Amino acid sequence: MMHLVLTIGFLLVCIGFWGLMTRRDIFRMIISFSLLDTGVHVIMVGIGYVPGGTAPIFDEALAVEQAVGKVVDPIPSALVLTAIVIGLAVTALMLSFAIRLHASKGSLTVDELKELKW
Amino acid sequence: MMRRVIVVIALATIAFGFFPLATQIGELSGLTGIATHYVEQGAAELGAANLVTSVVVSYRGLDTLGEVLVLFTATTGVTTLLTAKKSKSVTQNEEEKSVRREGSELLATGAAFLFPLLVLFGIYIFMNGHLTPGGGFQGGVVLASAFLLLLFSDCRMQLNHVLLKRAEAFSGAAYVAVGLLGLWLAGGFLDPRFLPAGEFGQLFSAGAIPLIYILVGIKVGSELTGIIDSMRGCSR
Amino acid sequence: MNLAMVTLFGLIMLIGGVAALHMKDTVSAILAAGSVSLVASLIYLLLGAPDVAMTEAAIGSALTTVVFLFSWTRIQRHPESTNDRKSEYREDDQP
Repeated sequence: MMHLVLTIGFLLVCIGFWGLMTRRDIFRMIISFSLLDTGVHVIMVGIGYVPGGTAPIFDEALAVEQAVGKVVDPIPSALVLTAIVIGLAVTALMLSFAIRLHASKGSLTVDELKELKW
Repeated sequence: MMRRVIVVIALATIAFGFFPLATQIGELSGLTGIATHYVEQGAAELGAANLVTSVVVSYRGLDTLGEVLVLFTATTGVTTLLTAKKSKSVTQNEEEKSVRREGSELLATGAAFLFPLLVLFGIYIFMNGHLTPGGGFQGGVVLASAFLLLLFSDCRMQLNHVLLKRAEAFSGAAYVAVGLLGLWLAGGFLDPRFLPAGEFGQLFSAGAIPLIYILVGIKVGSELTGIIDSMRGCSR
Repeated sequence: MNLAMVTLFGLIMLIGGVAALHMKDTVSAILAAGSVSLVASLIYLLLGAPDVAMTEAAIGSALTTVVFLFSWTRIQRHPESTNDRKSEYREDDQP
């Protein structure tokens, strides 16, 4: 099952990159960034999966002593938790840039932004 | 045509770079390395029932501090970009369109009813972060969505920006202060063992982990509310 | 059982991802991206990571979609530029 999840994540990363390279509208590019982020997160959580494992939370169903064989790796979950919040912050920043670009240039296609080209 | 060929070649190169990921990573049959140490010793060392919380807050606590810093930077960037002084023609457009449709009464009543429930739910999530799935980030996001409901319902509603900035600044400074207290009273920076570990599974257990997560929850909630308020763009 | 569910969710995610980039209407594309995040949160639950599932459902599916829609609405309210460059507002242009 881990290979299936890794393949799904990898295909999402490919879709994100493809959208980033072929679309010229700023909103599609930002959506592609978001899809790319989601794909990478799926890959990271998939790597930490132990077959037949359950969530790493101790309660009546899972005692501390017998936990080592039955529990999913907690470290990738912690890393992806941080990464999801950072992805939202960067998306919000990109969107505010898009708003300012539209307010000053009047169009949303990146082909119009010619000021940095030599 | 040329561009399409280049895009296909670039994609193929990226796929080739990711390919060993699919073939050379085998499925884990059990935990290895440091994960076994965290699973075996985590509950005894820190007293938190939720292992992911103990990893996020104390074992990898510096990453969480860095993430709070990144969120703060992004919020500052968004607020600076979107509330700059407007040029004259834009203000004229705004004045022409200042008569907007009022929000529907269904939305306004529903938002007023759901707001205290959502705030309570968000506070519950980040207070119980060390016992059940959840924690500071999830609770902070639920808090921000409670404010989001209120901001949706009425375009004329203004939030108290001073209170928002004070809450964000206070919780950020208090987070670093708790880390320094850990340096002074316990093993190292952000070590949560300076408060008693208590009884396993109770609300007031696991040292300073609930305290840190409460501060993170308040900070994330106020920052996301600030971002949403800046992006809303209703008439000032 | 788990394998079948993950396959189904994966198919929905990939179709949603391709649809988000192909649709002409931007609001539909934003909603498709939000649904990709939602299905990803279900996959995280099947992989034994409930914290990540909660965070992804709240942030990726709800707040990201809301932030996108807010900025789209804000752009729609000012369709003309403020200076005298060419100011025609184009629809989603694809090469």
